[in-house]
Amino acid sequence: MELLEFARGPALKVALVVFCFGVLWRLVGTVLLRFHPHLSVPRNGFFKSFMLGLAVAGSRSWPYRRFIVRTGYGEALGYSYHIGLFLVILFFAPHVLFIKSLFGVSWATLPSSIVTIIAVVTFTLLLAVLFRRLAYSVLRKLSNFDDYFSWFVTTLVIVTGLMATAHFGARYETLMAWHILSFDLLLIWFPFGKLMHAFYIFPSRMINGYFLARKGAPS
Amino acid sequence: MSAQSVNATTAGKVRAMPADLQGDLSNQARVERAMQSFAMDYGAMTALRLESCIHCGMCADACHFYIATEDPQYTPILKVEPFKQAYKRESGPFALFFKLFGLKQRVSAAELENWQHLLFDSCNMCGRCSIICPMGIDVAALIEQARRAMFDAGLAPAELYAKARHQQQTGQPESSSEPYLEMLKAIGREFHVEIPMDKSKADVMLCVPRTDIEHYPKAVAALARVMQHLGVECTFRSEGLVAENYGYYAGGRDWQRRISLRLIEQALACHAKVLVVPECGHAYTALRWEAAELYGKPLPFRVLHVTEYLAEQLEAGRLKLHKAGNGEVTFHDPCQLARKGGVMNAPRQLMQALGLDLHELENSKAFSFCCGGGGGVLDIKRAAPLRYRTMESKLREVDDTGAGTFLTSCSDCRATFDDAKAHFNWDKSTHSLLEMVADNLG
Repeated sequence: MELLEFARGPALKVALVVFCFGVLWRLVGTVLLRFHPHLSVPRNGFFKSFMLGLAVAGSRSWPYRRFIVRTGYGEALGYSYHIGLFLVILFFAPHVLFIKSLFGVSWATLPSSIVTIIAVVTFTLLLAVLFRRLAYSVLRKLSNFDDYFSWFVTTLVIVTGLMATAHFGARYETLMAWHILSFDLLLIWFPFGKLMHAFYIFPSRMINGYFLARKGAPS
Repeated sequence: MSAQSVNATTAGKVRAMPADLQGDLSNQARVERAMQSFAMDYGAMTALRLESCIHCGMCADACHFYIATEDPQYTPILKVEPFKQAYKRESGPFALFFKLFGLKQRVSAAELENWQHLLFDSCNMCGRCSIICPMGIDVAALIEQARRAMFDAGLAPAELYAKARHQQQTGQPESSSEPYLEMLKAIGREFHVEIPMDKSKADVMLCVPRTDIEHYPKAVAALARVMQHLGVECTFRSEGLVAENYGYYAGGRDWQRRISLRLIEQALACHAKVLVVPECGHAYTALRWEAAELYGKPLPFRVLHVTEYLAEQLEAGRLKLHKAGNGEVTFHDPCQLARKGGVMNAPRQLMQALGLDLHELENSKAFSFCCGGGGGVLDIKRAAPLRYRTMESKLREVDDTGAGTFLTSCSDCRATFDDAKAHFNWDKSTHSLLEMVADNLG
């Protein structure tokens, strides 16, 4: 079996299975634990607290003006590479074709040259993200294997994708195989590390927001 | 009971710090107890909070301990790192995976000892980090849970442990020259106000911060005077006088419960409809938001901070106030009341009714910086130098308002600012909003 066939055949299937079951297992193992009863009389009732919790799910996407001087750079960096990743993943024609082959749905794409530029910018931003994690003492102290490995698997997909687009370093089929294998690796690692924040972010904001709103506390 | 020990080596990611120990436990027993205790509070919320962190470090940008020192060990989420580590290794959905690949090390007793400084000396549980977190994690709730685990492992700061123990046994956090009951009566005589005591039936039960009894007797008299002015059937109860809850500070779950029960039982005994929490922030958290959980059922009476109660009376037209004539004032929002408790409008309603020209601090309401003494930090002697560093910017904020009068509605905040006044030769005194209300009754 050719490496490319392996990458988009059995390896991808295994990766998707690990991804799906892993994500489900981690979510279930977290959210299906017992919620401790809150017996104090709430300041806001369930509906209002729920709606305020929902609002927090969105409002925390934008930093409070009060903090932006200190957090603006990190947030701008974070948002920029996330947007870059989304654009590359969702609007590069070969990706859309790949998604169509898997799920049967497709949508409009961006020109390859634009996507390539976005990918290069995203890669540069990811390097800046790594530099910041190493250079900023708070992040350096907080960081562990998960932080660096999650960065590595994300960046690897971008790098191999750029190499395949540029036909750089090996035969196109080999480059494609590397690209798909790096994506398989990302899928496999996804449920175990911090990439899971993609699934946790909104429930976490909403539920924590709900409990703050219940007390009438600012959220 | 309390012994000082200094770790010879740096364990984990933070500097070795002196730690107080209680009990004669082996290192292994301490770790086991801490983890068992933390697990007692495990639930979906804890798991969600621990799982969601993306190590973005933004919580440091909200924390006055980090802002003042730029020392990364004061990053709020790092303060629960041993528990996060233990959760992922022992209890999380992929515990087996983390253990198998050695991605999470076993937590050591030395690490826990080092973390005492982070969880107690350098955290006011003020919740400012909970407001900034882009994942919405209530970091302060995790820290409170971690404090409980440390307490159960015999790793609470000596001062907090001693006061919590004394309070759960006697009702007072420490011995006094004479019992608080007598001191209250003396305050009544000194300020010519009736101190209603041990009535068998009252609509409102009152309690008092021991900080006020010992340092701010006028605030005690103010509470009694305002209630008298309102003509409310109210009473203090000699068996439940003290509002503070050192069990909450120290992390002693059972002691916190016992201390809260003392007040709950007295409120039930006098058939109170309302328990008025005096000017004490953490007493409000302990009674308003945590007592029912520890009691095991909803409390059959309302718990209101005194400013909330007075604002209600104001709205109902029962409380009439003169214009105070103090001109420009500024106000410190106690964290436990404002950011963690939702009491932000009531003090401002009262200030408005007093005709005060309020100059808000640069960081107020949800964003207010802690006074620096909350969470029991004021009581921990070794924490004082660090606390003073964190307070410098807060004092500057007060000065920058240009207001002549500085008000707050928490006696511990007031005591912390007055301590800083002595330390820094600061030219401002901190005043009680309640006292100002009592001085201007219509």
